[in-house]
Amino acid sequence: MTVTEDRPADAGPPKEIGNSRRRKEDQRLITGRTKWTDNIQLTGMLHIAMVRSPFAHATITRIDTTEAKAAPNVVLVLTGEDVKDEQGGLPNVWPITPEQVTPNHPSIAVGRVAFAGEIVAVIVARTAAEARDAAELIDVDYEELPAALDLRDSVEDKVLAHPDLGTNKSAFWQFDSAGAGTGGNVEEAIAEAEKNGVVVSREFRQQRLIPAFMEPRSVVVDPTGEQMTVWSATQVPHILRFFVAAVLGINEAKVRVIAPDVGGGFGGKLQITPEEFITIMAARRVGKPVKYTETRSESLMAGHHGRDQWQTVTVAATKDGTVTGLKVDLIADLGAYVALFGGGIPVLGAFIFNGIYKFPAYQFNCQTVLTNKTWTDAYRGAGRPEATFGIERIMDELADVLGMDPLEVREQNWIKNDEFPFTTVTGMAYDSGDYEAATAKAKEMFGYDELRAEQKQRRESKDTVQLGIGISTFTEMCGLAPSRVLGSLDAGAGGWEHASVRMLPTGKVEVVTGSSAHGQGHETAWSQIVADRLGVAFEDVEVLHGDTQISPKGLDTYGSRSLVVGGEALVRAADKVIEKAKPIAAHLLEASVDDLEFKEGRFGVKGTDKGLQMAEVAMATFAAHNLPEGTEPSLDCDATFDPVGFSFPHGTHLCAVDIDTETGGLKMRKYVCVDDIGTIVNPLIVEGQVHGGLVQGIAQALWEEAVYDDAGTLVSASFVDYLVPTAADTISFQTGNTFSPSTTNTLGTKGVGEAGTIASTPAVVNAVVDALRPFGVNDVRMPCTPERVYKAIHAQDGAESGGGATEGAATPHFNEADTADRTDGSSL
Amino acid sequence: MTRISVTVDGASYSDDVEPRMLLVHYLRERLGKTGTVVGCDTSNCGACTVHLGGRSVKSCNVLAVQVDGQEVTTIEGLAHDGELHPMQAAFHECHALQCGYCTPGMIMQAIDVLNDNPKPSEREIRDGLEGNLCRCTGYHNIVRAVQTASGQEPIAATAEGNAS
Repeated sequence: MTVTEDRPADAGPPKEIGNSRRRKEDQRLITGRTKWTDNIQLTGMLHIAMVRSPFAHATITRIDTTEAKAAPNVVLVLTGEDVKDEQGGLPNVWPITPEQVTPNHPSIAVGRVAFAGEIVAVIVARTAAEARDAAELIDVDYEELPAALDLRDSVEDKVLAHPDLGTNKSAFWQFDSAGAGTGGNVEEAIAEAEKNGVVVSREFRQQRLIPAFMEPRSVVVDPTGEQMTVWSATQVPHILRFFVAAVLGINEAKVRVIAPDVGGGFGGKLQITPEEFITIMAARRVGKPVKYTETRSESLMAGHHGRDQWQTVTVAATKDGTVTGLKVDLIADLGAYVALFGGGIPVLGAFIFNGIYKFPAYQFNCQTVLTNKTWTDAYRGAGRPEATFGIERIMDELADVLGMDPLEVREQNWIKNDEFPFTTVTGMAYDSGDYEAATAKAKEMFGYDELRAEQKQRRESKDTVQLGIGISTFTEMCGLAPSRVLGSLDAGAGGWEHASVRMLPTGKVEVVTGSSAHGQGHETAWSQIVADRLGVAFEDVEVLHGDTQISPKGLDTYGSRSLVVGGEALVRAADKVIEKAKPIAAHLLEASVDDLEFKEGRFGVKGTDKGLQMAEVAMATFAAHNLPEGTEPSLDCDATFDPVGFSFPHGTHLCAVDIDTETGGLKMRKYVCVDDIGTIVNPLIVEGQVHGGLVQGIAQALWEEAVYDDAGTLVSASFVDYLVPTAADTISFQTGNTFSPSTTNTLGTKGVGEAGTIASTPAVVNAVVDALRPFGVNDVRMPCTPERVYKAIHAQDGAESGGGATEGAATPHFNEADTADRTDGSSL
Repeated sequence: MTRISVTVDGASYSDDVEPRMLLVHYLRERLGKTGTVVGCDTSNCGACTVHLGGRSVKSCNVLAVQVDGQEVTTIEGLAHDGELHPMQAAFHECHALQCGYCTPGMIMQAIDVLNDNPKPSEREIRDGLEGNLCRCTGYHNIVRAVQTASGQEPIAATAEGNAS
């Protein structure tokens, strides 16, 4: 390959869908010719630094900006008081109940701060360094207030996160299968099982996580010119444009939002942020371009977090292991404010908490809670990892109580291949799936029976290194989302997606998509889809996205929706192009439209060798010299697709870990996953999505946690303390696929962006617990650190079951005695 | 301000810089070498890795004044005469990048790993890349890319066999 990639001269027309095309995106990314938001330099551009609250909850009694305003090259200083009539509040698009308690969320705090990291003042200066210097000169007086920090205390309103609201309880949301008419009464099922079957109930902790995308968030606003241009490292340029208009009262048509190259998101960049609004307000005041780029510690502290739930999961079953009911009670930490999707995140898990199993009765109760911590919202999986963890952990616990193999109890209860389509107890219509095939393939790749035999032998010999085998037979829902469903759940918008296909006279094709990629490879995969559909070369398709002026309509990228919703819009737009070109081709060929067939890019007259290539029709349409009467000289077409249903990827993930029971040390030995994500457009990209997803899910199981101290300070606010795994921590994976195409879209795709993350966390924790079963352990709290594993093994010695909570204080970096020695030089 | 002269990607530059200016900011803001990026503020992520005198350094951990009289190579200086460096080609071939933000630093570090050890084992590759974070790929394909660039068969070394 060369820097400017050439197309092989003899490249025929291979089928593109299913082809492991190397990515078009790579050229600029591997050579450093990138357009990250922070790269942008505009003439006269100014820079922002933020002053953030060090306190979780405090009244602001005074802000003295005098010295900062006098500092060299400071152009503007803003406080909440300066913008309080202009800034409005940051949006929550999904109030999950009409009664939801939603505190106003100002971009710059006015009078009071509700979490450590909240912005209290803003410096605009000629250089980023001068802005940072001046930020140090802002003098803020705070009166500290008691902070609502612990989730279980906060739900009881022991301390109020927002005293004026009178409660921390934001919303209570319930799904009950008896009430919905989709199943039986769960309390009756539990009562019956208590008499004649088994009831297993466990409390699980979903720790707080941080998305930790690699590119820190950045925003540049240029207010000069007729339209204000906003560049932002965002997943959601279209949604941002809407809210810039809605919140700040700027005419939507006067706002252009561009998401240039975006360095990862994982949900963390689907937020509408204070930093974006502040940069806009500052730029409008100074009339010059303004840039804000966050530091990593700001990102970890103030960008939204994910997960953070306590779950009580209760399963009822007969004595032979057939499940009869599932009850879920959870509390979810919203943080200090209700974010864009906010309380909708746990609700997204409600519809698949039952997993792949045939529960006749189900109830899901969710209480969202306000605390004085960083706000929470979507993080890869968004609601589905939490649900999948709950169901896949409890199925293992059920198997243990019944003395069954955990795979056996799953198979006994899952939806059989010949039962599809299957409407579950939540009312979801699972269109396709083959759990038997995925599981059989995974077992074979894993060597399941051999590893079970080894485990048995090691248990019998009381080996100090014990082997644990973890299973996760997951499903999830992708394709956010049918607009009607979102409407019925009180979400503020729909879930359609838009695409357009523009036929250029030279035969090249421009594809405009409303989805906004940040690493997913849309430019490559979309080219493959269009190349097949229109019979043009892969290299001749150019994919445009991420700029509201180029791609005027879209609902952006999150929830594994791009391919299943955006890809379908693309297919429909391409098909319209063919239909539009057909009468023109027929006219040029002097044939009847009915006699034409379109195949591999050519309109042929049936039974003859006469025909025209799509490119020839495009050129003739551009020239417009000889078109049928009344035909417009354009082949360009748009399509906006609103799905009618979700898609349900599924798979079987198997994990083997070795645990040194003398130290609690854990080593992952093997990870096998077989995912059924329907039709695969590009196997290479799919594998990459799975690998990355796996590591994020494994990281939740083993390493990552956002930890606050007793004062509400995030102590894991740098990459020193927040353990994003490295290459040295992880292993290579064995991945495979089975195929049961989705029936809800033309291509049969199901979505893959989140599957690895959703499935892997319970597989790993199940493996850890499985290894420790001989010690009477039935849970280890995440992240399963060596310390927790060790404590769980020795729980009978008096330690808390599950290994206890993470210490609120940061682990001391130095032994104090050592430090003293070093500083006085005596040990050197 | 301090005067420095430095060669970056084969071109010579002379500039007055603040003594506190980091090399990465000098590269990005003064020379426009925006291929090299900043990912953290604690020198953990390695996104800013460049070569200084032929060895990898995190350019957020070096002051611009420290490189006076030295030679710096960034991701933008790797390709020659329109041909990609073998490590760049391997990253493309093995799909070792997704969002691409860590990629410049990862490639620079991977080259340094092979300079030290031309035929590293999977373990040695993983240890050699420990100072560079990637959030997208799960490292699987990055390891394969380094194996490929080293002329070794890219195998995944879970004990039981091949991945993908």
